[in-house]
Amino acid sequence: MSFAFWVVAALTVAGGLAAVLLKNLVHCALALTIAFAGLALLFLQLDAQFAGFAQILVYIGAVAILIVFAVLLTRSSETPAQGGIFSHTWLAGLVVAAGLFAVLAWAVIESAGGLPHESSAPAVTVMQIGNALMGRYVLPLEILALLLTAALIGAAIVAMHEKEGTK
Amino acid sequence: MLERLDQVFVLFKDWLVAFLPASWQGVVGVIICVVAIIAVYPTLFALAVLMERKGLGRMQNRYGPNRVGPFGILQPVADGIKSLTKEDIVPLRADAVVHFLAPVVLVVAVFMGFAVLPMGRNMVLVDLDTSLLFFFAMMASTELSVFMAGWSSRNKYSLLGAMRAVAQMISYEVPLLLSSIVIVMMTGSLSLVRVVEAQNHFTGILPNWYVFTPWGFAGFIVFVIASTAETNRSPFDLPEGESEIIAGYFTEYSGFKFALFFLGEYVEMFAVAGLGTTLFLGGWAGPISFLSWVPSWIWFFAKVELWICFFIWIRGTLPRLRQDQLMNFAWKFVLPFTLFNLVVAAVWRFMGEGWLRWLVCWALVVGVYALAGRSGMRREKIGTRIYRYAD
Repeated sequence: MSFAFWVVAALTVAGGLAAVLLKNLVHCALALTIAFAGLALLFLQLDAQFAGFAQILVYIGAVAILIVFAVLLTRSSETPAQGGIFSHTWLAGLVVAAGLFAVLAWAVIESAGGLPHESSAPAVTVMQIGNALMGRYVLPLEILALLLTAALIGAAIVAMHEKEGTK
Repeated sequence: MLERLDQVFVLFKDWLVAFLPASWQGVVGVIICVVAIIAVYPTLFALAVLMERKGLGRMQNRYGPNRVGPFGILQPVADGIKSLTKEDIVPLRADAVVHFLAPVVLVVAVFMGFAVLPMGRNMVLVDLDTSLLFFFAMMASTELSVFMAGWSSRNKYSLLGAMRAVAQMISYEVPLLLSSIVIVMMTGSLSLVRVVEAQNHFTGILPNWYVFTPWGFAGFIVFVIASTAETNRSPFDLPEGESEIIAGYFTEYSGFKFALFFLGEYVEMFAVAGLGTTLFLGGWAGPISFLSWVPSWIWFFAKVELWICFFIWIRGTLPRLRQDQLMNFAWKFVLPFTLFNLVVAAVWRFMGEGWLRWLVCWALVVGVYALAGRSGMRREKIGTRIYRYAD
Protein backbone atom coordinates (compact mmCIF):
# COMPACT_ATOMS: atom_id res chain seq x y z
CA MET A 1 0.00 0.00 0.00
CA SER A 2 1.72 3.10 -1.22
CA PHE A 3 1.38 6.66 0.04
CA ALA A 4 -0.67 7.61 -3.05
CA PHE A 5 -3.16 4.85 -2.28
CA TRP A 6 -3.81 6.22 1.21
CA VAL A 7 -4.29 9.77 -0.10
CA VAL A 8 -6.76 8.63 -2.76
CA ALA A 9 -8.54 6.29 -0.36
CA ALA A 10 -8.92 9.07 2.21
CA LEU A 11 -10.29 11.37 -0.50
CA THR A 12 -12.80 8.75 -1.64
CA VAL A 13 -14.00 7.96 1.87
CA ALA A 14 -14.24 11.66 2.76
CA GLY A 15 -16.27 12.30 -0.39
CA GLY A 16 -18.59 9.40 0.37
CA LEU A 17 -19.08 10.47 4.00
CA ALA A 18 -19.79 14.05 2.98
CA ALA A 19 -22.36 12.81 0.47
CA VAL A 20 -24.20 11.07 3.29
CA LEU A 21 -23.81 13.68 6.01
CA LEU A 22 -24.25 17.09 4.37
CA LYS A 23 -27.56 18.90 4.47
CA ASN A 24 -27.68 20.67 1.12
CA LEU A 25 -28.57 18.16 -1.62
CA VAL A 26 -26.41 19.82 -4.27
CA HIS A 27 -23.45 19.70 -1.88
CA CYS A 28 -24.14 15.99 -1.42
CA ALA A 29 -24.13 15.49 -5.19
CA LEU A 30 -20.83 17.38 -5.52
CA ALA A 31 -19.32 15.35 -2.67
CA LEU A 32 -20.45 12.19 -4.44
CA THR A 33 -18.53 13.42 -7.48
CA ILE A 34 -15.38 13.59 -5.36
CA ALA A 35 -15.98 9.97 -4.38
CA PHE A 36 -16.42 9.07 -8.07
CA ALA A 37 -13.15 10.80 -8.91
CA GLY A 38 -11.40 8.95 -6.09
CA LEU A 39 -12.73 5.64 -7.40
CA ALA A 40 -11.44 6.51 -10.87
CA LEU A 41 -8.01 7.22 -9.41
CA LEU A 42 -8.10 3.88 -7.57
CA PHE A 43 -8.86 2.11 -10.86
CA LEU A 44 -5.92 3.91 -12.44
CA GLN A 45 -3.66 2.83 -9.60
CA LEU A 46 -4.63 -0.75 -10.38
CA ASP A 47 -3.50 -0.17 -14.01
CA ALA A 48 -7.09 -0.39 -15.23
CA GLN A 49 -6.88 2.58 -17.59
CA PHE A 50 -10.06 1.88 -19.50
CA ALA A 51 -12.17 1.43 -16.37
CA GLY A 52 -10.66 4.54 -14.79
CA PHE A 53 -11.25 6.89 -17.71
CA ALA A 54 -14.66 5.41 -18.43
CA GLN A 55 -15.50 6.05 -14.77
CA ILE A 56 -14.58 9.74 -15.17
CA LEU A 57 -16.35 10.09 -18.51
CA VAL A 58 -19.56 8.36 -17.45
CA TYR A 59 -19.87 9.14 -13.76
CA ILE A 60 -18.41 12.65 -13.51
CA GLY A 61 -19.37 13.74 -17.01
CA ALA A 62 -22.88 12.32 -17.10
CA VAL A 63 -24.21 10.71 -13.91
CA ALA A 64 -23.20 13.58 -11.61
CA ILE A 65 -24.76 16.08 -14.02
CA LEU A 66 -27.90 13.94 -14.15
CA ILE A 67 -28.12 13.90 -10.36
CA VAL A 68 -27.75 17.67 -9.95
CA PHE A 69 -30.28 18.27 -12.73
CA ALA A 70 -32.72 15.92 -11.04
CA VAL A 71 -32.19 17.65 -7.70
CA LEU A 72 -32.67 21.13 -9.15
CA LEU A 73 -35.72 20.21 -11.23
CA THR A 74 -37.60 18.30 -8.55
CA ARG A 75 -37.11 20.44 -5.47
CA SER A 76 -35.82 23.80 -4.41
CA SER A 77 -32.08 23.92 -3.89
CA GLU A 78 -32.53 26.55 -1.20
CA THR A 79 -31.90 25.35 2.33
CA PRO A 80 -32.89 26.98 5.61
CA ALA A 81 -30.08 29.23 6.77
CA GLN A 82 -30.03 28.02 10.38
CA GLY A 83 -28.66 24.78 11.75
CA GLY A 84 -25.12 24.16 10.46
CA ILE A 85 -24.04 22.31 7.37
CA PHE A 86 -24.85 18.78 8.48
CA SER A 87 -28.13 17.07 7.80
CA HIS A 88 -30.44 16.45 10.79
CA THR A 89 -31.02 12.93 9.62
CA TRP A 90 -27.34 12.13 9.19
CA LEU A 91 -27.60 9.07 11.41
CA ALA A 92 -30.30 7.49 9.22
CA GLY A 93 -28.25 8.24 6.09
CA LEU A 94 -25.18 6.71 7.64
CA VAL A 95 -27.07 3.58 8.71
CA VAL A 96 -28.57 3.08 5.23
CA ALA A 97 -25.18 3.58 3.59
CA ALA A 98 -23.48 1.22 6.06
CA GLY A 99 -26.18 -1.39 5.49
CA LEU A 100 -25.75 -1.22 1.72
CA PHE A 101 -22.00 -1.43 2.13
CA ALA A 102 -22.37 -4.49 4.37
CA VAL A 103 -24.56 -6.28 1.80
CA LEU A 104 -22.16 -5.48 -1.06
CA ALA A 105 -19.10 -6.45 0.98
CA TRP A 106 -20.77 -9.72 2.01
CA ALA A 107 -21.58 -10.50 -1.65
CA VAL A 108 -18.02 -9.71 -2.75
CA ILE A 109 -16.41 -11.79 0.00
CA GLU A 110 -18.75 -14.72 -0.65
CA SER A 111 -18.06 -14.74 -4.39
CA ALA A 112 -14.31 -14.21 -4.09
CA GLY A 113 -13.74 -17.90 -3.37
CA GLY A 114 -15.27 -18.94 -6.70
CA LEU A 115 -12.94 -16.78 -8.78
CA PRO A 116 -9.61 -18.09 -10.10
CA HIS A 117 -6.86 -16.97 -7.80
CA GLU A 118 -4.24 -14.98 -9.67
CA SER A 119 -1.05 -14.07 -7.91
CA SER A 120 0.03 -11.29 -10.29
CA ALA A 121 -2.14 -8.55 -11.75
CA PRO A 122 -3.11 -9.39 -15.34
CA ALA A 123 -2.04 -6.79 -17.90
CA VAL A 124 -5.11 -6.06 -20.00
CA THR A 125 -4.83 -3.54 -22.80
CA VAL A 126 -7.72 -1.58 -24.26
CA MET A 127 -7.20 -3.52 -27.49
CA GLN A 128 -7.95 -6.77 -25.66
CA ILE A 129 -11.05 -5.29 -24.02
CA GLY A 130 -12.27 -4.10 -27.41
CA ASN A 131 -11.66 -7.46 -29.04
CA ALA A 132 -13.42 -9.27 -26.21
CA LEU A 133 -16.43 -6.93 -26.41
CA MET A 134 -16.69 -7.29 -30.18
CA GLY A 135 -15.95 -11.02 -30.23
CA ARG A 136 -16.83 -13.24 -27.32
CA TYR A 137 -19.17 -10.88 -25.50
CA VAL A 138 -20.87 -9.31 -28.50
CA LEU A 139 -24.30 -10.76 -27.63
CA PRO A 140 -24.50 -9.27 -24.10
CA LEU A 141 -23.27 -5.98 -25.55
CA GLU A 142 -26.01 -5.96 -28.19
CA ILE A 143 -28.66 -6.85 -25.60
CA LEU A 144 -27.47 -4.00 -23.38
CA ALA A 145 -27.53 -1.63 -26.35
CA LEU A 146 -31.10 -2.66 -27.14
CA LEU A 147 -32.15 -2.18 -23.52
CA LEU A 148 -30.58 1.28 -23.35
CA THR A 149 -32.15 2.33 -26.65
CA ALA A 150 -35.54 1.17 -25.40
CA ALA A 151 -35.04 3.15 -22.19
CA LEU A 152 -34.07 6.24 -24.19
CA ILE A 153 -37.12 6.01 -26.46
CA GLY A 154 -39.31 5.35 -23.45
CA ALA A 155 -37.99 8.43 -21.67
CA ALA A 156 -38.58 10.57 -24.77
CA ILE A 157 -42.15 9.25 -25.10
CA VAL A 158 -42.95 9.87 -21.43
CA ALA A 159 -41.69 13.43 -21.74
CA MET A 160 -43.60 13.98 -24.98
CA HIS A 161 -47.00 12.89 -23.60
CA GLU A 162 -46.70 15.25 -20.68
CA LYS A 163 -46.09 18.12 -23.08
CA GLU A 164 -49.12 17.28 -25.23
CA GLY A 165 -51.35 17.00 -22.17
CA THR A 166 -50.59 20.52 -20.96
CA LYS A 167 -51.34 22.11 -24.31
CA MET B 1 21.01 20.65 -37.92
CA LEU B 2 17.35 20.60 -38.92
CA GLU B 3 16.77 17.41 -36.97
CA ARG B 4 18.22 19.16 -33.95
CA LEU B 5 15.89 22.11 -34.49
CA ASP B 6 12.97 19.71 -34.74
CA GLN B 7 13.91 18.18 -31.39
CA VAL B 8 15.16 21.43 -29.81
CA PHE B 9 12.74 21.35 -26.86
CA VAL B 10 13.31 17.66 -26.17
CA LEU B 11 17.09 18.17 -26.28
CA PHE B 12 16.82 21.22 -24.04
CA LYS B 13 14.86 19.24 -21.47
CA ASP B 14 17.38 16.38 -21.59
CA TRP B 15 20.23 18.88 -21.16
CA LEU B 16 18.56 20.45 -18.12
CA VAL B 17 17.72 17.11 -16.54
CA ALA B 18 21.28 15.81 -17.01
CA PHE B 19 22.49 18.14 -14.23
CA LEU B 20 20.53 16.17 -11.65
CA PRO B 21 21.17 12.81 -10.00
CA ALA B 22 19.65 9.88 -11.87
CA SER B 23 16.91 9.16 -9.33
CA TRP B 24 15.47 12.68 -9.74
CA GLN B 25 15.62 12.86 -13.52
CA GLY B 26 12.24 11.27 -14.25
CA VAL B 27 10.25 13.45 -11.86
CA VAL B 28 12.01 16.70 -12.79
CA GLY B 29 11.62 15.91 -16.50
CA VAL B 30 7.86 15.62 -16.07
CA ILE B 31 7.76 18.83 -14.01
CA ILE B 32 9.67 20.71 -16.74
CA CYS B 33 7.15 19.51 -19.36
CA VAL B 34 4.21 20.55 -17.19
CA VAL B 35 5.73 23.99 -16.59
CA ALA B 36 6.27 24.37 -20.34
CA ILE B 37 2.61 23.55 -21.04
CA ILE B 38 1.39 25.90 -18.32
CA ALA B 39 3.63 28.67 -19.66
CA VAL B 40 2.97 28.27 -23.38
CA TYR B 41 -0.82 28.08 -23.47
CA PRO B 42 -1.63 31.15 -21.36
CA THR B 43 0.80 33.11 -23.57
CA LEU B 44 -1.05 31.86 -26.61
CA PHE B 45 -4.27 32.78 -24.81
CA ALA B 46 -3.09 36.39 -24.43
CA LEU B 47 -2.16 36.51 -28.11
CA ALA B 48 -5.45 34.91 -29.15
CA VAL B 49 -7.49 37.44 -27.17
CA LEU B 50 -5.61 40.30 -28.81
CA MET B 51 -6.00 38.69 -32.23
CA GLU B 52 -9.70 38.16 -31.60
CA ARG B 53 -10.32 41.75 -30.53
CA LYS B 54 -8.33 43.15 -33.44
CA GLY B 55 -9.88 40.78 -35.94
CA LEU B 56 -13.44 41.29 -34.75
CA GLY B 57 -12.78 45.02 -34.82
CA ARG B 58 -11.77 44.82 -38.46
CA MET B 59 -14.82 42.70 -39.30
CA GLN B 60 -17.08 45.23 -37.62
CA ASN B 61 -15.45 48.28 -39.23
CA ARG B 62 -13.65 49.59 -36.15
CA TYR B 63 -10.07 49.60 -34.95
CA GLY B 64 -10.10 47.35 -31.93
CA PRO B 65 -7.66 47.99 -29.07
CA ASN B 66 -4.96 50.44 -30.22
CA ARG B 67 -3.99 52.50 -27.16
CA VAL B 68 -1.62 50.34 -25.08
CA GLY B 69 1.76 50.04 -26.75
CA PRO B 70 2.35 50.15 -30.52
CA PHE B 71 -0.83 49.05 -32.35
CA GLY B 72 -2.26 48.03 -28.99
CA ILE B 73 -0.16 44.88 -28.71
CA LEU B 74 0.38 45.37 -24.98
CA GLN B 75 -3.38 45.27 -24.34
CA PRO B 76 -3.28 41.70 -22.84
CA VAL B 77 -0.68 42.87 -20.28
CA ALA B 78 -2.92 45.76 -19.26
CA ASP B 79 -5.93 43.42 -19.03
CA GLY B 80 -3.94 40.99 -16.91
CA ILE B 81 -2.82 43.65 -14.44
CA LYS B 82 -6.35 45.01 -14.26
CA SER B 83 -7.95 41.65 -13.46
CA LEU B 84 -5.24 40.84 -10.90
CA THR B 85 -5.70 44.09 -8.98
CA LYS B 86 -9.50 44.25 -9.16
CA GLU B 87 -11.50 43.60 -6.03
CA ASP B 88 -12.76 40.04 -5.76
CA ILE B 89 -16.48 40.27 -5.03
CA VAL B 90 -18.41 37.27 -3.73
CA PRO B 91 -22.18 37.78 -3.47
CA LEU B 92 -23.51 37.72 0.11
CA ARG B 93 -25.87 34.77 -0.49
CA ALA B 94 -23.42 32.86 -2.67
CA ASP B 95 -22.15 29.46 -1.65
CA ALA B 96 -18.62 30.64 -0.92
CA VAL B 97 -16.78 27.30 -1.13
CA VAL B 98 -18.38 26.09 -4.35
CA HIS B 99 -18.14 29.61 -5.79
CA PHE B 100 -14.40 29.56 -5.16
CA LEU B 101 -13.83 26.01 -6.41
CA ALA B 102 -15.66 26.34 -9.74
CA PRO B 103 -13.00 28.31 -11.71
CA VAL B 104 -10.22 26.21 -10.17
CA VAL B 105 -11.85 22.94 -11.25
CA LEU B 106 -12.40 24.33 -14.74
CA VAL B 107 -8.81 25.43 -15.27
CA VAL B 108 -7.35 22.21 -13.85
CA ALA B 109 -9.58 19.97 -15.98
CA VAL B 110 -8.89 21.99 -19.11
CA PHE B 111 -5.10 21.89 -18.70
CA MET B 112 -5.14 18.12 -18.08
CA GLY B 113 -6.14 17.57 -21.71
CA PHE B 114 -2.76 18.80 -22.96
CA ALA B 115 -1.01 15.95 -21.19
CA VAL B 116 -1.80 13.57 -24.03
CA LEU B 117 -1.63 15.88 -27.06
CA PRO B 118 1.42 15.23 -29.24
CA MET B 119 2.67 18.76 -29.98
CA GLY B 120 5.59 17.65 -32.12
CA ARG B 121 7.72 14.62 -32.86
CA ASN B 122 8.48 13.02 -29.45
CA MET B 123 6.77 15.98 -27.78
CA VAL B 124 4.03 14.37 -25.72
CA LEU B 125 3.91 14.40 -21.93
CA VAL B 126 2.42 10.91 -21.48
CA ASP B 127 1.83 8.51 -24.33
CA LEU B 128 -1.16 6.67 -22.90
CA ASP B 129 -2.71 3.64 -24.51
CA THR B 130 -6.08 5.35 -24.07
CA SER B 131 -5.19 9.00 -24.58
CA LEU B 132 -8.29 9.86 -26.60
CA LEU B 133 -10.51 8.52 -23.83
CA PHE B 134 -8.47 10.47 -21.27
CA PHE B 135 -8.92 13.67 -23.26
CA PHE B 136 -12.69 13.28 -23.47
CA ALA B 137 -12.90 12.36 -19.79
CA MET B 138 -11.15 15.62 -18.90
CA MET B 139 -13.36 17.66 -21.24
CA ALA B 140 -16.44 16.08 -19.68
CA SER B 141 -15.30 17.20 -16.22
CA THR B 142 -15.54 20.86 -17.26
CA GLU B 143 -19.34 20.61 -17.40
CA LEU B 144 -19.52 20.13 -13.68
CA SER B 145 -17.48 23.27 -13.00
CA VAL B 146 -19.84 25.28 -15.19
CA PHE B 147 -22.75 23.97 -13.17
CA MET B 148 -20.93 24.72 -9.90
CA ALA B 149 -20.33 28.31 -10.99
CA GLY B 150 -23.92 28.88 -12.05
CA TRP B 151 -25.54 27.24 -9.06
CA SER B 152 -23.31 28.70 -6.35
CA SER B 153 -23.78 32.30 -7.53
CA ARG B 154 -27.42 32.32 -6.34
CA ASN B 155 -28.39 34.38 -9.33
CA LYS B 156 -31.19 33.39 -11.67
CA TYR B 157 -29.27 34.46 -14.76
CA SER B 158 -26.25 32.45 -13.66
CA LEU B 159 -28.38 29.37 -13.04
CA LEU B 160 -30.13 29.76 -16.41
CA GLY B 161 -26.78 30.15 -18.13
CA ALA B 162 -25.37 27.10 -16.38
CA MET B 163 -28.41 24.98 -17.30
CA ARG B 164 -28.13 26.10 -20.91
CA ALA B 165 -24.40 25.42 -20.95
CA VAL B 166 -24.69 21.95 -19.44
CA ALA B 167 -27.56 20.94 -21.73
CA GLN B 168 -25.63 22.21 -24.75
CA MET B 169 -22.35 20.58 -23.76
CA ILE B 170 -24.00 17.19 -23.11
CA SER B 171 -25.87 17.35 -26.42
CA TYR B 172 -22.80 18.19 -28.47
CA GLU B 173 -20.46 15.87 -26.62
CA VAL B 174 -22.20 12.90 -28.26
CA PRO B 175 -21.41 13.95 -31.86
CA LEU B 176 -17.95 15.10 -30.76
CA LEU B 177 -17.15 11.62 -29.42
CA LEU B 178 -18.83 9.77 -32.29
CA SER B 179 -17.06 11.82 -34.95
CA SER B 180 -13.70 10.83 -33.44
CA ILE B 181 -14.65 7.15 -33.37
CA VAL B 182 -14.17 6.82 -37.15
CA ILE B 183 -10.53 7.79 -36.58
CA VAL B 184 -10.19 5.10 -33.93
CA MET B 185 -11.81 2.58 -36.29
CA MET B 186 -9.28 3.38 -39.01
CA THR B 187 -6.17 3.68 -36.85
CA GLY B 188 -7.01 0.74 -34.63
CA SER B 189 -5.71 2.60 -31.57
CA LEU B 190 -6.91 5.12 -29.00
CA SER B 191 -3.41 6.57 -28.70
CA LEU B 192 -3.05 10.02 -30.25
CA VAL B 193 0.61 9.35 -31.03
CA ARG B 194 -0.42 6.36 -33.18
CA VAL B 195 -3.08 8.50 -34.88
CA VAL B 196 -0.48 11.06 -35.99
CA GLU B 197 1.93 8.37 -37.11
CA ALA B 198 -0.79 6.76 -39.22
CA GLN B 199 -1.33 10.07 -41.06
CA ASN B 200 2.33 10.94 -41.54
CA HIS B 201 2.68 9.38 -45.02
CA PHE B 202 2.59 10.94 -48.44
CA THR B 203 1.02 9.87 -51.75
CA GLY B 204 3.19 11.69 -54.26
CA ILE B 205 3.58 15.06 -52.57
CA LEU B 206 0.14 15.04 -50.94
CA PRO B 207 -0.36 13.99 -47.32
CA ASN B 208 -2.55 11.09 -46.19
CA TRP B 209 -4.51 13.14 -43.66
CA TYR B 210 -7.83 11.73 -42.57
CA VAL B 211 -9.65 14.90 -43.55
CA PHE B 212 -9.14 14.04 -47.24
CA THR B 213 -11.08 10.78 -47.01
CA PRO B 214 -14.90 10.81 -47.26
CA TRP B 215 -15.54 9.58 -43.72
CA GLY B 216 -12.75 11.79 -42.39
CA PHE B 217 -14.17 14.86 -44.09
CA ALA B 218 -17.67 14.21 -42.74
CA GLY B 219 -16.20 13.56 -39.30
CA PHE B 220 -14.12 16.73 -39.56
CA ILE B 221 -17.15 18.90 -40.32
CA VAL B 222 -19.10 17.39 -37.43
CA PHE B 223 -16.08 17.78 -35.16
CA VAL B 224 -15.72 21.48 -36.02
CA ILE B 225 -19.40 22.13 -35.31
CA ALA B 226 -19.43 20.10 -32.10
CA SER B 227 -16.19 21.61 -30.81
CA THR B 228 -17.51 25.12 -31.42
CA ALA B 229 -20.58 24.23 -29.38
CA GLU B 230 -18.53 22.44 -26.73
CA THR B 231 -16.39 25.53 -26.10
CA ASN B 232 -19.49 27.79 -26.03
CA ARG B 233 -18.21 29.86 -28.93
CA SER B 234 -20.44 31.89 -31.20
CA PRO B 235 -22.80 30.94 -32.90
CA PHE B 236 -23.36 28.51 -30.01
CA ASP B 237 -22.78 31.09 -27.25
CA LEU B 238 -26.27 30.90 -25.75
CA PRO B 239 -24.92 30.09 -22.28
CA GLU B 240 -23.28 33.50 -22.24
CA GLY B 241 -25.92 35.34 -24.28
CA GLU B 242 -25.07 38.86 -23.12
CA SER B 243 -28.31 40.32 -24.43
CA GLU B 244 -30.51 37.79 -22.61
CA ILE B 245 -28.78 36.56 -19.46
CA ILE B 246 -25.93 39.07 -19.05
CA ALA B 247 -22.97 36.66 -19.09
CA GLY B 248 -24.51 33.39 -18.01
CA TYR B 249 -22.75 31.33 -15.42
CA PHE B 250 -19.94 33.80 -14.71
CA THR B 251 -22.10 36.87 -14.18
CA GLU B 252 -21.19 36.96 -10.48
CA TYR B 253 -17.45 36.55 -10.94
CA SER B 254 -15.03 39.43 -10.89
CA GLY B 255 -11.33 40.06 -10.80
CA PHE B 256 -9.02 37.10 -10.98
CA LYS B 257 -11.73 34.43 -10.84
CA PHE B 258 -13.32 35.94 -13.92
CA ALA B 259 -9.91 35.92 -15.57
CA LEU B 260 -9.62 32.21 -14.71
CA PHE B 261 -12.93 31.50 -16.43
CA PHE B 262 -11.80 33.49 -19.43
CA LEU B 263 -8.50 31.60 -19.48
CA GLY B 264 -10.26 28.26 -19.10
CA GLU B 265 -12.54 28.98 -22.01
CA TYR B 266 -9.72 29.94 -24.37
CA VAL B 267 -7.44 27.14 -23.25
CA GLU B 268 -10.28 24.69 -23.86
CA MET B 269 -10.49 26.17 -27.34
CA PHE B 270 -6.79 25.46 -27.83
CA ALA B 271 -7.28 21.95 -26.48
CA VAL B 272 -10.11 21.00 -28.84
CA ALA B 273 -8.32 22.70 -31.73
CA GLY B 274 -5.22 20.66 -30.89
CA LEU B 275 -7.26 17.46 -30.70
CA GLY B 276 -8.99 18.21 -34.01
CA THR B 277 -5.62 18.93 -35.60
CA THR B 278 -4.26 15.66 -34.28
CA LEU B 279 -7.23 13.60 -35.38
CA PHE B 280 -8.00 15.03 -38.80
CA LEU B 281 -5.25 17.39 -39.95
CA GLY B 282 -2.22 15.18 -39.40
CA GLY B 283 -1.08 16.66 -36.08
CA TRP B 284 2.54 17.69 -36.34
CA ALA B 285 2.99 16.23 -39.83
CA GLY B 286 3.81 18.67 -42.62
CA PRO B 287 1.24 19.32 -45.36
CA ILE B 288 3.49 18.70 -48.40
CA SER B 289 6.23 16.10 -48.61
CA PHE B 290 9.02 18.55 -49.56
CA LEU B 291 8.19 20.72 -46.53
CA SER B 292 8.90 17.91 -44.06
CA TRP B 293 12.12 19.61 -42.98
CA VAL B 294 10.19 22.35 -41.16
CA PRO B 295 10.17 21.48 -37.41
CA SER B 296 7.14 19.45 -36.40
CA TRP B 297 6.10 21.75 -33.55
CA ILE B 298 5.82 24.68 -36.00
CA TRP B 299 3.27 22.71 -38.01
CA PHE B 300 1.27 21.77 -34.93
CA PHE B 301 1.03 25.29 -33.57
CA ALA B 302 0.44 26.77 -37.03
CA LYS B 303 -2.53 24.45 -37.53
CA VAL B 304 -3.92 25.24 -34.07
CA GLU B 305 -3.58 28.99 -34.73
CA LEU B 306 -5.33 28.56 -38.08
CA TRP B 307 -8.14 26.80 -36.27
CA ILE B 308 -8.39 29.66 -33.74
CA CYS B 309 -8.53 32.18 -36.61
CA PHE B 310 -11.38 30.15 -38.06
CA PHE B 311 -13.24 30.32 -34.73
CA ILE B 312 -12.77 34.11 -34.66
CA TRP B 313 -13.93 34.45 -38.25
CA ILE B 314 -17.06 32.38 -37.50
CA ARG B 315 -17.73 34.53 -34.43
CA GLY B 316 -17.58 37.66 -36.55
CA THR B 317 -19.86 36.17 -39.19
CA LEU B 318 -22.73 34.15 -37.76
CA PRO B 319 -25.59 35.30 -35.48
CA ARG B 320 -26.49 33.36 -32.33
CA LEU B 321 -28.77 30.33 -32.56
CA ARG B 322 -32.03 29.97 -30.67
CA GLN B 323 -32.33 27.26 -27.99
CA ASP B 324 -34.74 25.07 -29.99
CA GLN B 325 -32.63 25.44 -33.14
CA LEU B 326 -29.57 24.39 -31.14
CA MET B 327 -31.18 21.22 -29.80
CA ASN B 328 -32.93 20.29 -33.05
CA PHE B 329 -29.70 20.69 -34.95
CA ALA B 330 -27.79 18.49 -32.51
CA TRP B 331 -30.26 15.64 -32.13
CA LYS B 332 -32.06 15.61 -35.48
CA PHE B 333 -29.26 16.38 -37.91
CA VAL B 334 -25.75 16.13 -36.49
CA LEU B 335 -26.26 12.94 -34.48
CA PRO B 336 -27.93 10.83 -37.24
CA PHE B 337 -25.36 12.09 -39.74
CA THR B 338 -22.50 11.11 -37.43
CA LEU B 339 -23.99 7.67 -36.83
CA PHE B 340 -24.26 7.19 -40.56
CA ASN B 341 -20.64 8.24 -40.91
CA LEU B 342 -19.69 5.20 -38.83
CA VAL B 343 -21.39 3.03 -41.47
CA VAL B 344 -19.48 4.84 -44.21
CA ALA B 345 -16.21 4.17 -42.40
CA ALA B 346 -17.12 0.49 -42.11
CA VAL B 347 -17.94 0.32 -45.85
CA TRP B 348 -14.57 1.96 -46.60
CA ARG B 349 -12.79 -0.55 -44.39
CA PHE B 350 -14.34 -3.63 -45.99
CA MET B 351 -14.29 -2.56 -49.66
CA GLY B 352 -10.52 -2.89 -49.89
CA GLU B 353 -8.10 -0.74 -51.89
CA GLY B 354 -9.11 0.88 -55.17
CA TRP B 355 -10.90 3.88 -56.64
CA LEU B 356 -14.34 2.30 -56.26
CA ARG B 357 -14.48 2.80 -52.52
CA TRP B 358 -13.63 6.48 -52.94
CA LEU B 359 -16.58 6.87 -55.30
CA VAL B 360 -19.03 4.87 -53.18
CA CYS B 361 -18.07 6.53 -49.90
CA TRP B 362 -18.12 10.07 -51.25
CA ALA B 363 -21.51 9.37 -52.85
CA LEU B 364 -22.83 7.99 -49.54
CA VAL B 365 -21.61 10.95 -47.50
CA VAL B 366 -22.81 13.64 -49.90
CA GLY B 367 -26.09 11.83 -50.59
CA VAL B 368 -27.01 11.39 -46.95
CA TYR B 369 -25.98 14.96 -46.14
CA ALA B 370 -28.19 16.33 -48.91
CA LEU B 371 -31.09 14.03 -48.05
CA ALA B 372 -31.01 14.66 -44.29
CA GLY B 373 -30.55 18.40 -44.77
CA ARG B 374 -33.38 18.69 -47.29
CA SER B 375 -35.90 16.67 -45.32
CA GLY B 376 -34.96 18.47 -42.12
CA MET B 377 -35.43 21.87 -43.70
CA ARG B 378 -38.77 20.87 -45.23
CA ARG B 379 -40.06 19.92 -41.79
CA GLU B 380 -39.06 23.35 -40.47
CA LYS B 381 -41.53 25.07 -42.85
CA ILE B 382 -39.45 28.19 -43.41
CA GLY B 383 -41.42 30.66 -45.50
CA THR B 384 -40.25 33.79 -47.25
CA ARG B 385 -38.46 36.11 -44.91
CA ILE B 386 -39.96 39.54 -44.40
CA TYR B 387 -37.82 42.38 -43.09
CA ARG B 388 -40.52 44.47 -41.49
CA TYR B 389 -38.32 47.34 -40.37
CA ALA B 390 -36.06 47.52 -43.40
CA ASP B 391 -38.66 48.17 -46.08
